[in-house]
Parts: sequence; structure tokens; C-alpha cells
Amino acid sequence: MSDLIFARAQMGFSLAFHIIFAVAGIALPLMMVIAEALWLKTGDETYKTITKRWARGTAVLFAVGAVSGTVLSFELGLLWPAFMKWSGSIIGLPFALEGYAFFTEAIFLGIYLYGWDKVSRSMHLMSGCIVALSGALSAVFVVTANAWMNAPTGFTLVGNLPTEIDPIKAMCSPAAFPQVLHMLIAAYAAIGLLAAGVHAFILLRDRQNEFHRRAFGICLALGCTMAILEPLSGDILAQMVAKTQPVKLAALEGQFDTMRGAPLRIGGLPDVTKAETPYSIEIPKLLSFLAHHDFNAEIQGLKDFPRENWPPVLWVHLNFQLMVLCGSIMGLVSMCAAAIYLKTRKLPDNPLFLKAVVAISPLGLVAIESGWMVTELGRQPWVVTGILRTRDAVTPMPGLALPFFMFLLVYLILAVVVVILLIREFSRSADLHVGTASAQASKDSDHA
Amino acid sequence: MPDAPLLLAIIMLVALNLYAIMGGADYGGGVWDLLAVGKRAKEQRDLIAGAIGPIWEANHVWLILVVVILFAAFPLAFSVVSIALHIPLTLLLLGIIARGTAFTFRKYDSTKDHVQRRWGRIFAVASLITPMLLGIVVGAISQGTITTDIAGKSFGEVYVQPWCNAFCFAVGGFALVLFSFLAAVYATVFAQSEELKTDFQRRALGAQGACACLALLVFLLAEKSAPGLRESLANSSWSIVLQAATAICAISSSVALLKRKFHVARFFAAGQVSLILWGWGLAQFPYLVRPDTTINNAQGAASTQTLLIAAIASGAILLFPSFYFLLKVFRHQIDQPINK
Repeated sequence: MSDLIFARAQMGFSLAFHIIFAVAGIALPLMMVIAEALWLKTGDETYKTITKRWARGTAVLFAVGAVSGTVLSFELGLLWPAFMKWSGSIIGLPFALEGYAFFTEAIFLGIYLYGWDKVSRSMHLMSGCIVALSGALSAVFVVTANAWMNAPTGFTLVGNLPTEIDPIKAMCSPAAFPQVLHMLIAAYAAIGLLAAGVHAFILLRDRQNEFHRRAFGICLALGCTMAILEPLSGDILAQMVAKTQPVKLAALEGQFDTMRGAPLRIGGLPDVTKAETPYSIEIPKLLSFLAHHDFNAEIQGLKDFPRENWPPVLWVHLNFQLMVLCGSIMGLVSMCAAAIYLKTRKLPDNPLFLKAVVAISPLGLVAIESGWMVTELGRQPWVVTGILRTRDAVTPMPGLALPFFMFLLVYLILAVVVVILLIREFSRSADLHVGTASAQASKDSDHA
Repeated sequence: MPDAPLLLAIIMLVALNLYAIMGGADYGGGVWDLLAVGKRAKEQRDLIAGAIGPIWEANHVWLILVVVILFAAFPLAFSVVSIALHIPLTLLLLGIIARGTAFTFRKYDSTKDHVQRRWGRIFAVASLITPMLLGIVVGAISQGTITTDIAGKSFGEVYVQPWCNAFCFAVGGFALVLFSFLAAVYATVFAQSEELKTDFQRRALGAQGACACLALLVFLLAEKSAPGLRESLANSSWSIVLQAATAICAISSSVALLKRKFHVARFFAAGQVSLILWGWGLAQFPYLVRPDTTINNAQGAASTQTLLIAAIASGAILLFPSFYFLLKVFRHQIDQPINK
């Protein structure tokens, strides 16, 4: 493997690792403040216990996320110095703002974790809200920077260099809003349903456990709402991709020929040498409709673009299929949940449904990872679409295999430890009942 | 009114200053964790863990601020540093990962002694290495051996020689003892019992002695290794005043330590470290990376610099009160005995 591939792989797994903590840092604080608000409203101590549990989870995940995020800010330069030199002035602003959002999150998470008995209840709740909000804002800024890489704006090219740089315009890239929306909803859906799965797993053994029933309810409400909304944001995103990155759209769909009324493909293995996508189910005209809201709109095929500018079509297509599959399953289960709730007005807790929630719980994260693979692989061979090639952005430093394996090892160890710690947290909470909840809550406050 | 590049360079130095006196103490805390001995070893470790607590995640932001300003406002300098110092920066990152996560895991993992010790060991060793590497990086950008033109040069010349030398290691060692000194002085304030206060009083005085030795060593090595920096330090009019002020701070903090006026010692210790940093910053001016890269020839778009300054200023107005509030809440926490 070449140094370029090692650099890409290292960047890839660093991001893939960080994104899990980043989305947890977006969604968990929201769940935590919802539980706290319910505690303040109802006076039910079970909600306070839930809040404290999720706050502990947030603390661990935030700490790891803070570290992996710091690493990324360095890696951008260490692996891609030419990219940073070229675009630092243009997208530095959202990164700086992200730094602020991160700082705000850290400060108020500190107040939240350590301030249980030291600040007023409303101040405490507000600190939690600020944590949730700044977590979401971090994502807004980082995704904005990424959106610029996909659909660069806010500068004029003179020769190979950007001039007349306008960082505000760069933040308003056409890709920014659709990508941000899709990412935020995905984060809430993924973490909501993941946590719902964990609580459902324990409820399967102990159906009447009030702690887990209530926690499950909050997770389900958030996760299902967002999972139902996610396809809508996907639609907005797809139209933007069709307009700004036609080659990416063609790769997503394995569309080689330019045509009107292009079909949507389910499955299939794009073959770039034969320029066709066999083994797929084609739904006539649907792609044209989804991309342009017109059944007869023209879709540009890959053949319209020079071969050297094609992304790795097979991988982009497969990741896209995987993302859509995961999202669809989550959406269906969420609709079931909504239907059951609307009919019975009770928490959907029959064993079959609980099992389904457990089964789909990891799918949100799978969808997020594969979705980012689509975005990033789909932009190749460019790091800045149409302007700077990835191979021209990589560091001249040789021997990148060494840092690749070092970081891979460290991240694997970290992942294992985080999982062990979280499992321990969950199993500790498995035995909680209503009666013991308040005792546990007061015990927690000594620890928090 | 200074122009935008100068203002941003000053902000970076302020951020580094805050990182040194707050984050630096976190690193130093890890060193004392490693060196905790005697029958009060466990109490010493608990004191350090309690003092680092919620702040360390926040403290990283100062370093991130420096990195972000560097690549947004001075993209060329960021690129030059990232290439030439690839190896120490990568090691620095590994240190930051190991330290931060080990500290958190120690807090949230099983409270059994052997588990705690294992995380504690990683935390402590990483605390030793990371500030060394920070110092090495600072030494390397001051030295004047980083070339922007790498064509036709060997791997060693481009990636190893700029930082792998006695001067850089001496600066690394200097950073380490300075941070350890700070942590020990802070610990004398936080400690609850007189015995613990005495433990850290001794450590602080010992570290102060080591600081003096390493400062001298760095200065001596600079004559051959970093002549530009040394020239600027030795022959500028401002330098005399600054060095005198640093010496006064150092003497005052030592005397205050001896007299057990720990709050006073903390003030002068933070002042001493800050003045050393500002002395370095002034001597380095106008270079970001010696010998070729300055705040003028490395700067990016003017529009970005202006917006960056505006963003930093408005952010500071919001965040400094919040940060103060956190410290106040936290102060409350450590005034109570730690219950583990």
C-alpha cells in the first residue's frame, strides 16, 4: 500500500472513531436534559436517576471525544499539509467557531456534572441545555467545513490559488444546510435508538422495571421521531448532490449512462470495466424523481466525466445501499412504534417489539459510518471538489504505515475499554427498581 | 493598534500562556502522581486527581485555539510545522490520547486498587512525555533549522534533525520541570492537611531548583544551537526588564513557599512561568518558525483574520464569565473533603 492510502486510511478511521463520540455528545445531553426536565416537572426520583446515569455516560464519551477531536485537528495538518495550506484561510473560521462550541460544552458539562448541589435547579437544567445545544453547534460547524470541501464557494481561483476569500460565503456552501440537517437528525436517531435497544434488552428480562421503562420511553420518543424524519432530510440532501456533485450521484446509484427518467437501483454491483450495474432491482424513473422531483429529469451518468475523476464507484454504491437499508429498517420500526403508541397510548413493550428494537439498535451507527463513507469516498479523487486532488494534498513524509498502525492499535484499545466501561455502567443500572432508585440517586451524587 | 497578524500572534501567545499555567499544571500533576512516595502517596494522588477533575477537558481548548489560529490565519506556518515536526507532533498526540483517556478511565473504571494503578501508571507516564514533546516543538521552531525547501534533502535532514538535538531536549526538560513546579505549588494551596502541604512545598522547591538549572542549560546551548533567539534575548533592551521581572517572580515564589504563604507563591509561580513564555515570544518575534516563516509572510487572507479576531473577541466575552463560574463551582467542590 502507498503512503497516500495509509494517510487516507488513518484519517478515515480517526474520523470513524471520533464520529461515534461526536454523535453521542450531540444526542446524549439532549436525552439527559429531557429526563431532568421530567424529574423537575413530576418530582419522580426515577427520572433523576436516569439523568445521572446518562450524565455519567456523557462524561466518559465526551472525554474520549474531546481527545479524539484534538487529535483530528492535528492530523489535518500532519497528513494533509497542502490541503490546510490551501484552504486554511477559507475554512478556518468554522473550525475556530467549533473550538468555541467545544469549549462551551466542556465548561457547562463541568458545571452540570459537579454542580448538582451547588447551583440552583433551573441553572443546572440550563447548563444541561447549553451542553446539548453546543454539542449540536459543534456538529454544525464541522459539517459546514466538510460541506465546503464537497461544494466549495467563497473565493475566486487565480491560477491554482484562491483569492478574494470570503469565509462567510464559504460557510454558506450549498451543501452546508442539507448536510448539517441530515447529520443532526441522524445523530439523534442513532443514539436514541441505540440507547433504546440497551434499555429494551434489560426490559426483556424485567418488564416492570420502572427505571428502564421510563428511560426506554425517552429514547424511543426521540429516536423514532428522528428516524422517521431522516429520509426527508435525505431527500433535500440528494437534490443538492444532484445539483452540485453529479458525478457523486452517479456513483451512488451506479448510473453509467446519461439518461432521462433514470431508475432507482436497489442492490447491484457496479462494474466499472463493463460500465454497468448488474444484479440490481430497478424502479423505473424513481432516481430522476428523487434527484429533481421530476420523473423525466435528466441524470448525468459516469461516462459523461473523465475516467480519472470517477470516485471508487463500487464502494460508494455499496455504502450508500447499506446506509439506505439501515435507515429504512429504522424508519419502519419507528413507524410501528408510533402506530402502537397512537393505538394503545401506552409504552410499546410487547416482547416482539422489544426484540426488534434490540436487533436494530446498532443500525444507526452503521448508517452514520456508511453515510460518511459515501460522502468522503464519493468526493474522491478530490479533497476539494474539482480543485485540489487528494494525492496532491498528502504530506511528503515517507513511512506513513508506522503512524497508521500505531494509531490503529491505540484506537482499538480505546474502543475496547470504552465498551467495557459502558457495559459495566449498564449492568450496574440493570438492577435498579423504583424503590431503590432514590437511594441510588443520592449515592450517585457522592460519586458524580 | 497592532495590525491583524500581530494581534493574532499575541492571541496565540495568550492562549499558550493560559495552556501553560492551567493545562501545564495538569501535566505536572501527572508527574507528581508518578513520583508519589511515602505513607501519604495515596493522599497525594487523590489530591492531584481532585485538582485536575473537570478542568482538563476544558484546558485542551487553549491548545486547539493555537492550532486553529495557526491554520486559519497563518496556513503556511501550519503546513511547515506539520511537515518538519511530523514525528514529535505525532508522538505528542499519542501522549495526549493516553493521558486524557487514562485519567477519565481511572475515574470511571472499577475502584479496585490494581485497576486504578494501571490507569494511573499510563496517565503518569504520558504526563511525563507529553510536556517534553511540547517543549521539543517549541525548541525546534525557535532554533532555525526547519527548512521550507525539502527537495533533494535526506529523511534525516528534513524530519529528524530539526528537533532531535540537545537544545530541543533541554527545552523539553525545561517545560517539564516548569509544569511540575506549577503543579506542586498549586497543590500546596489545594491540600487539606498540613502534612500534605509540606510534601508539596518540598516538591515545589525542588522543582524550582531544577527550573533554574535547566534555564541555564537552555541558555548555554542556545549560543550554538539557537543563535537568533539568544541574540534577541541577550541584547534587547526589553529583555533586561523582562528577565529581571522573571527573576523577581522566581525569588518571590520561592520565599513565599519557604514562608508557607501558599496563595502568594501560586501567584508568583504563575507569573514566573508566564514571563518566561512572553520572553520567549518576544525573542521569537516576528518569526513563527525560524528561520524563514514570519507572521507576515505566512499570513492567509485578511478577511479571515478580521473575522477570526471578531469571533475570538465575542467568544471571549461569553466564555470567560462561564469559565470563571465553572472554576467557582469547582472551588466549592474541592473545599469539601474528597469522598472516594
